[in-house]
Amino acid sequence: MDFEAVIGLEVHAQLSTESKIFCACSSKFGATPNANACPVCTGMPGVLPVLNRRVVEFAIRAAVATGCTVQRRSVFARKNYFYPDLPKAYQISQYELPIALGGHLDIEAGGVSKRVGITRIHMEEDAGKLIHGGSSAGSQGSLADLNRCSVPLIEIVSEPDMRTAEEASDYLRRLRDILVYLEVCDGNMEEGSFRCDANVSVRPRGQEKLGTRAELKNMNSFRNVEKAIEHEIRRQVELIEDGGTVVQETRLWDADRNETRSMRGKEEAHDYRYFPDPDLLPLVIADAWIDELRQTIPELPVPKSARFTERYGLTIYDASLLASVRALADFFEGAVAAFGKNPKTTANECIQWKDAILANAVSVETIGQVVEDRETGLISATAGKTLIEQSIATGKAVRVLREELGLTQMSDTGELEAVVAAVIAANPKEVEIYKGGKEGLLSFFVGQVMKETKGKANPKIVSEVCRKLLG
Amino acid sequence: MSTIPVHEWTLREAADRIRSGGVSSRELTEAILGRIAAINPKINAWVTVIPEKAMAQAAVFDEMQARGESAGPLHGVPVGLKDIFCTKGIKTTCGSRILHNFVPPYDAAVTERVLCAGAVLLGKQNMDEFAMGSSTETSFFGNTLNPWDPSRIPGGSSGGTAAAVASAMCFAAMGTDTGGSIRQPASLCGVVGLKPTYGRVSRYGMIAFASSLDQGGPVTRTVADAALMLGIVAGHDRRDSTSLDLPVPDYDAALGRDVKGLRVGLPKEYFEGEGLDPQVRAAVDRALAALVAAGAEAVEVSLPHTEYALSTYYLIAPAEASSNLARYDGVRYGHRAEGTSGLIEMMSKTRAEGFGPEVKRRIMIGTYALSAGYYEAFYGKAQKVRTLIRRDFDAAFQKADVLLTPTAPTPAFRIGEKTDDPLTMYLSDIYTIPCNLAGIPGISVPCGMSSEGLPIGAQLLANHFREETLLTAAGAIERAIPLPRVAPFKG
Ligand SMILES: [Zn+2]
Repeated sequence: MDFEAVIGLEVHAQLSTESKIFCACSSKFGATPNANACPVCTGMPGVLPVLNRRVVEFAIRAAVATGCTVQRRSVFARKNYFYPDLPKAYQISQYELPIALGGHLDIEAGGVSKRVGITRIHMEEDAGKLIHGGSSAGSQGSLADLNRCSVPLIEIVSEPDMRTAEEASDYLRRLRDILVYLEVCDGNMEEGSFRCDANVSVRPRGQEKLGTRAELKNMNSFRNVEKAIEHEIRRQVELIEDGGTVVQETRLWDADRNETRSMRGKEEAHDYRYFPDPDLLPLVIADAWIDELRQTIPELPVPKSARFTERYGLTIYDASLLASVRALADFFEGAVAAFGKNPKTTANECIQWKDAILANAVSVETIGQVVEDRETGLISATAGKTLIEQSIATGKAVRVLREELGLTQMSDTGELEAVVAAVIAANPKEVEIYKGGKEGLLSFFVGQVMKETKGKANPKIVSEVCRKLLG
Repeated sequence: MSTIPVHEWTLREAADRIRSGGVSSRELTEAILGRIAAINPKINAWVTVIPEKAMAQAAVFDEMQARGESAGPLHGVPVGLKDIFCTKGIKTTCGSRILHNFVPPYDAAVTERVLCAGAVLLGKQNMDEFAMGSSTETSFFGNTLNPWDPSRIPGGSSGGTAAAVASAMCFAAMGTDTGGSIRQPASLCGVVGLKPTYGRVSRYGMIAFASSLDQGGPVTRTVADAALMLGIVAGHDRRDSTSLDLPVPDYDAALGRDVKGLRVGLPKEYFEGEGLDPQVRAAVDRALAALVAAGAEAVEVSLPHTEYALSTYYLIAPAEASSNLARYDGVRYGHRAEGTSGLIEMMSKTRAEGFGPEVKRRIMIGTYALSAGYYEAFYGKAQKVRTLIRRDFDAAFQKADVLLTPTAPTPAFRIGEKTDDPLTMYLSDIYTIPCNLAGIPGISVPCGMSSEGLPIGAQLLANHFREETLLTAAGAIERAIPLPRVAPFKG
């Protein structure tokens, strides 16, 4: 039988606000355990949550950028369960009335464009972290690090609109690109600031009714998300083909073993007893605020990429690669604007030096001047690469290096004509053969000239001059 | 100097005497500490008394006074706090074993405001465990006795607070009221207890029982003292999102106001039910007569959903409590059970040992009310009824400026009389609960004594943020019906 997979994703994105969602503690990653903790986020008696306005602002920006409708009134609710990393024994989240509903994201997988629905976006607080038995010196039991408690998250829930692991991973990448663009999330999957759970089910192709779904957790890279979903689809299809039935459960991805494992029993029996948090008033958002924030949304990757192909004549591949990272796209446009020469070459250089650019190791001037000098024939492509490498290593400007390293090409036609003439005079036999119709010998003369000039001649001009003088 | 003993002074008198140099804060504090030492062993109104800290603080205020400085309107006056308000560096137990050793690293907003006004803190007052009770019998630290008759309960949950004020072991104190916990013990101990409008006083650092109902308020021996305390603790606090950002009126100005033309509503449902002691009824009638004699006008009003208030309250309050009290798991602070293995056993045993039976009962009721499949039928419906109750009051306040009712159906009952029957105990709060559900302010003011010499209080209710009306009307009753302010407890 032919099966089709149905995939929906739940993404938890940690918002890069300075402070936590309900207290003034820093929300920075990597502090000494329990350094970023106060009576509020550690659930001391009598303390109360106060909503961080920046969190709402970030959530609204994410909602607007994904085409969601921001709700004028949303409500925080308590999700009740006992766990030592959850000091209040409830997580403040949004349940029945989230901040945003009904958006979408356009994806492209296998050459096909597709719109994936976004069901909702809601705000919530993160839980802390447990360090278990003996993994820390001197500890017999488990230790709790509450630094992450109450760090703000948004959960973005998609519709079950994806059909392949590739689509899911494309959705995830694009969603991450947008959030990083908006500067609301740093998108780091390894540090857990961008996390994804996947709901996966399969059904015979053509059947409308959804199959029973499994929820996949613990996938901390795009690659793992794709592998886990592929694995899970295969598992479910095989199970059904063998006459079994899929049970609704949570499964953990084990990246070492390349398989998903059931965590049945642990989380299944929870009744979270959600109810509106009486400590927080319903959140009422004025239209004016939403409009104000809408103005701050930058050009997003998809429209930017379209503009790059149209305006600069870039390939779709190059354009979307540059547009996927805001800093890279801004760098590219900065270089084009400042030096104006050949956007395609500029794009290639930006893509080639992407990591260095994003690490702030290369300046707009470096790339721009190299592109400019290549355009004017002052340097070769190879010399350009050397110059950028050297510039990164020494911190010197490329044009200074060009002179120091003697990488300026001979591009002066008159100067080159003399060299070419000398080469022709020295090789009468080859001239004869060339004139006899063996035009492939042109590269011989070019090679001789390059040798004579110790590689400093501009090969393009050399070959033009040779062709001219050889008649 | 006055001829009456210093401890019988009102809060205002005490503050005035210190200000005028007639007495030092140390003298006053020492006198009250002496009284606590003599009386408290028999009344058990305090969980914690901090004599050294109090005397040291009094000395600081005396030095300030000598330099011509004043810390505020309560400069140097000894007061108490219910043991539900967090006090930095001072044990705060909430009447529970689970917090028997908890020392907060922060002050509650109420604590801050009272201390900033210059008060000397004497200690922390006994209460029903987590404010769940109407008799102070559920406290882990033993029950408090009624200073008017030690065979009787002082009411609750702010029983220690009311008993301490009534027996002059402090000049004023702060209690909390979730379903009547300030007003009912004030009524039973013959003192004034005011529950402000929900949101008027910050809940920050006040240990939560039922967050949408809890409100801190003063317990004092006079209406004027209640006005003074309210002016100190009221006001916006950005640490409490439910605290309202409205200007605090001059409550003193309300004290002298005339009640002429004031429309006093009598909710008929409050007088119809069984269980209203005829002596209480008679005392409330006298309070009404006093108001009418002063020019107020009596009108009958109806609060038709009153009969559902108790069951509504006993779904909403336990539901919120079940969530609020879930944090007491032995992981970070408070009691932790010994000799357990594993997380679940540690948490379960900690909670089994740490909470008393009434708290456990309410956690179970609340957990059930919020459970999947029952939420709509219980919690959801209770919220709807709560809206209807609020609308009842909106309608009543169209016809009346203030409502007059009994505070409690009976005077103080005997210790142990209702401990085996939670439902009968819950009925003690039948007149006070609707006010919390509606979020409106209420006050209990002494209006008579029973034939057995037990105090009886009248309750006044007003619309949101009309505490001034309460103070005006309560002041009129107080002036018209002179009663002893301090319980004649001999020890
Ligand atoms: Zn914090």
